[in-house]
Amino acid sequence: MNVQFRDRPEPASSVSVKTAIADCDIHPARATATELYPYLAKRWHEHLETYGKHAYQGMMEGPPFPKAQPNASRRDAYPPEGGPQGSSLSFMQKQHLDPNNVALGVLNPLNTGQGIRNHDLAAAICSAINDWQIDKWTAKDSRLKASVVVSNEDGVAAAAEIRKRAGDANFVQVLLLSRNVEPLGQRRYWPIYQAAEEAGLPVGIHAFGYGGNPITASGWPSYYIEEMVGHSQCQQTALASLVLEGVFERYPKLKMVMIEAGFGWAPSLAWRLDKNFERLHSEVPYLKRKPSEYISDHIWWTTQPMEDPDSRDHLLELIEWIGWDKLLFATDYPHWDYDDPSRVMPAGVSDANREAFYLGNAKKLYGLA
Amino acid sequence: MARHVVAPVDELPPGTRKFLVIDERPIAIFNIKGEFFGLLNRCPHQGAALCEGPLIGLAQSSDPGEIEYTRLGEIIRCPWHGWEFDIRTGQSYCDPKRFRARAYPVTVEPGAAVVKGPYVAETLAVSVESDYVVVDL
Repeated sequence: MNVQFRDRPEPASSVSVKTAIADCDIHPARATATELYPYLAKRWHEHLETYGKHAYQGMMEGPPFPKAQPNASRRDAYPPEGGPQGSSLSFMQKQHLDPNNVALGVLNPLNTGQGIRNHDLAAAICSAINDWQIDKWTAKDSRLKASVVVSNEDGVAAAAEIRKRAGDANFVQVLLLSRNVEPLGQRRYWPIYQAAEEAGLPVGIHAFGYGGNPITASGWPSYYIEEMVGHSQCQQTALASLVLEGVFERYPKLKMVMIEAGFGWAPSLAWRLDKNFERLHSEVPYLKRKPSEYISDHIWWTTQPMEDPDSRDHLLELIEWIGWDKLLFATDYPHWDYDDPSRVMPAGVSDANREAFYLGNAKKLYGLA
Repeated sequence: MARHVVAPVDELPPGTRKFLVIDERPIAIFNIKGEFFGLLNRCPHQGAALCEGPLIGLAQSSDPGEIEYTRLGEIIRCPWHGWEFDIRTGQSYCDPKRFRARAYPVTVEPGAAVVKGPYVAETLAVSVESDYVVVDL
């Protein structure tokens, strides 16, 4: 027999044996609107149903631009039991973790309590999300690790949440988003960095956020494609601010991960910072080293959406500047701009660099080596 | 090359698609307004199950400000990265020089021909009274 009929099309990835990888950007979702309620005090159920969540920007519950695919996610990633993409552990295992041999998957929940103006509610939802990550995901699949989601605009509450989770092996990083009320180096956010450094947790900064500012530095653009490209601009603002405010002088053991905002711009930003630093050093005299040195010592980069220049040599040159030891492979599962692990690596890369890129760097950074 | 009988015509009414594996290849057969089309269910870009995407039209612009939307329902849009392919030819509209989806000819044959012809139809009980959808691989 050579013709087989199936109820569902086959998963896109084959189940052949593959080299183990780390996926440093997986987005877990809630199957229902009330899935967090068991982790929230009754007071907040009533508050949410009566008053809702007031954000620093409109459209908190919906994106500021349409997302090209439903829930910004792959159309083939709906779980068979219902719910949005990314809301079922068993389907995530079947479609992604098992066939792609994911040995370490870092969860980055979006649409949490971040960016809510009621800071008590923000802190309650963030803490609930952290409990939910353990119960629904990491306790049931030891390959998955959680991120400590914190109420980003309330540094004191955020630091308390980090200290609560410090030493808990379910968590491997603290999660922030790139777009906040102020640039991320400013001192209202310093308690977060202090607590993360004390806990030995890297701080991941994922593209997106709810700070109330447009995606560009000069107003709201017309198209979703401009938002997609704009993530790298916002990330550059965050990174420049972190360096120039002296965050890495103040917290010298702090490590940070730039998530889903590209890395091709990193050399250009570093060169420009260095050039201006030579001339304007007296304005920021607490910086003891060139900006590029803070970047190369403190910053790691997730790969997705992988830079894809026409010339393979250009990509390899870029990576040489950043360092093969600083890239962390990520798919962004289940989001629509997912990178398939078998399709992103150019030919001619050494086995050692491939291993570091796909797994070794992540295990080392997250203390799992 | 072999001709495979994949379904009786009345099992694939207009607006439906059927997913199969033929000789270890994932294939999708579409009935679009009575016309049948076959595509390899694997996107040439990153390998997604291409044929799970929506069938859309073709938005083109000859000049800024002028947009034409044609070929309604004849363009398949990948469920991952949204790459668009012509269901008739497999042509990519994102990067036609480097990528093409694999299209297979699909025809409708009378049962009488299918019974005696050089067709592969192991999973179907073929009867001479009906018509069958046949794909060339």
